[in-house]
Amino acid sequence: MPTGELAAQTLHELRDLIQAGRISADEVVADVLACIERSNPSMRAYLAVDAERIRRQAAQDGPLAGLPITIKDNICVSGEETTCASRILQGFRAPYDATVIARLRQQGARLIPRANMDEFAFGSSTENSAFGPTRNPWAMDRVPGGSSGGSAAAVAAGLAIAALGSDTGGSIRQPASFCGVVGLKPTYGRVSRYGLVAFASSLDQIGPLTKDVTDAALVLSAIAGHDTRDSTSAPLPVPDYLAALRGKVDGLRVGIPKEYLIEGIDPDVRQAIDAAIKACERLGMRTEPVSLPHTSYAVATYYIIATAEASSNLARYDGVKYGFRASTNGEGGLLEMYLRTRTDGFGAEPKRRILLGTYVLSHGYYDAYYLKGLKVRTLIKQDFDRAFERCDLLLTPTAPSPAFRIGEKLDDPLQMYLSDIFTISANLAGVPALSMPCGFTGAGLPVGLQLLAPPFKEDVLLRAAFAYEQATEWHRRKPAMTTG
Amino acid sequence: MSLITPEIVKHVALLARLRLEGAALAQFAGQLDEILEYVKQLGTVSTDQVAPTSHVLPLSNVQRSDEPAPSLPNQTVLALAPTHRPPFVTVPKVIESA
Repeated sequence: MPTGELAAQTLHELRDLIQAGRISADEVVADVLACIERSNPSMRAYLAVDAERIRRQAAQDGPLAGLPITIKDNICVSGEETTCASRILQGFRAPYDATVIARLRQQGARLIPRANMDEFAFGSSTENSAFGPTRNPWAMDRVPGGSSGGSAAAVAAGLAIAALGSDTGGSIRQPASFCGVVGLKPTYGRVSRYGLVAFASSLDQIGPLTKDVTDAALVLSAIAGHDTRDSTSAPLPVPDYLAALRGKVDGLRVGIPKEYLIEGIDPDVRQAIDAAIKACERLGMRTEPVSLPHTSYAVATYYIIATAEASSNLARYDGVKYGFRASTNGEGGLLEMYLRTRTDGFGAEPKRRILLGTYVLSHGYYDAYYLKGLKVRTLIKQDFDRAFERCDLLLTPTAPSPAFRIGEKLDDPLQMYLSDIFTISANLAGVPALSMPCGFTGAGLPVGLQLLAPPFKEDVLLRAAFAYEQATEWHRRKPAMTTG
Repeated sequence: MSLITPEIVKHVALLARLRLEGAALAQFAGQLDEILEYVKQLGTVSTDQVAPTSHVLPLSNVQRSDEPAPSLPNQTVLALAPTHRPPFVTVPKVIESA
């Protein structure tokens, strides 16, 4: 069998082959590792891969049938290095499994840790990794998006069967869009955050990046549910997401927010979204224009709230309990050790966000920035509440442009932040949202369609996405590098 | 007029236990000023009667039953520290000797 033939397939296809006795999970793991060995040196989707340790994991029974799932480097896997692509956590081996990892293991999955990411998930391009950027498998001079860029590139290029990422302002959906895969940010509280290294605790969610919608349902079913170790996880039953795929979509009301189809959207993206709207109508969904009037304030609101929470969460990296400590030979005492450790250990983007977050929380600015941000967050959430009184789903582009060039926005933080303009609101409102392929630009870059649903309506979201996927062929296209 | 000066950035950096100097300080000050200038647009939104949202789920005072369970072993956790002397982590001296 040629290298990459198994690694290109989905979880559910491989599971069926294993259950039919046609292949073994060990063969799948071996094929994925061969693809990583071949392509990771140029793509850098993983920070490091210890093939021997991955092979040594015992094959497991269960719905995930011993298949390997790739893990972003900010989710704790017991005994494995977990660095958030930061020097300040270099060498840190997690002493426990995140709840999502424990659940994947219980379902029979094996794990491939250390997918590359923007440092501490701060970024939209994976260029902020302290260990070098990931490249987009569709165009190696372009970014894969971020911050879960390693997870998205690995899934797109067949260096992973499926992956977990985390999404605080679009970090699953925007790279899914840029790499032509499916990415799902669940409702806030649907999936336990225990063992996810915290960025912004009121916004973070773990979710799947997969080759199709069925795999997204499969992985979400495995990881969702209440966890006593995360007091913000919702004590609600988890529906059967795989069964939900088969329901009818005829008559679903789909709102098209007018604030998302604005000037400045790439014309090829606009064209692909317009075609996707027509495809949904042909499936019997009823589309109608809606308004989310506070959309234009989302990026400003997000960069107050997310940086405030990040500056607080990152206070724990002080060179005392774990990770990197700068050598000071005792000179200057404890304060000098803190200053040197944090100044040498954090890259530019974490520093920028710590500074901004500390500033907006500081005495004299708290009301003007942080409290104001929390109030505008209420208005943004109310926009969604109102829209979902009339609609079952909302449909938008995932990002205003396809993947941009490496280096293009690196020196302009505000432009980089604005690339998340369509994904941020879902985190502020806490609603579930999914990105899936809906076309390609003239230059052959993938375009992502975003669907959003009311809280805990992932079943409706996945059903509509599955119906659209069955009616189109976009998810079958693979980047040339994996077929060559 | 700038919303934020290099002096303010230097002060905030110290509060956050970061040391910024020279060109880096000037660059951060310029970038933060641009971001804060963009954020200023929130001032145009009327929020007089709006309650703040710090959390989207209607959960409060979450409790669980208080059942003892094993923690991570002391030695496992200590081994993660850059320096330690069981059962403590060690740090540079805080108080000068007399």
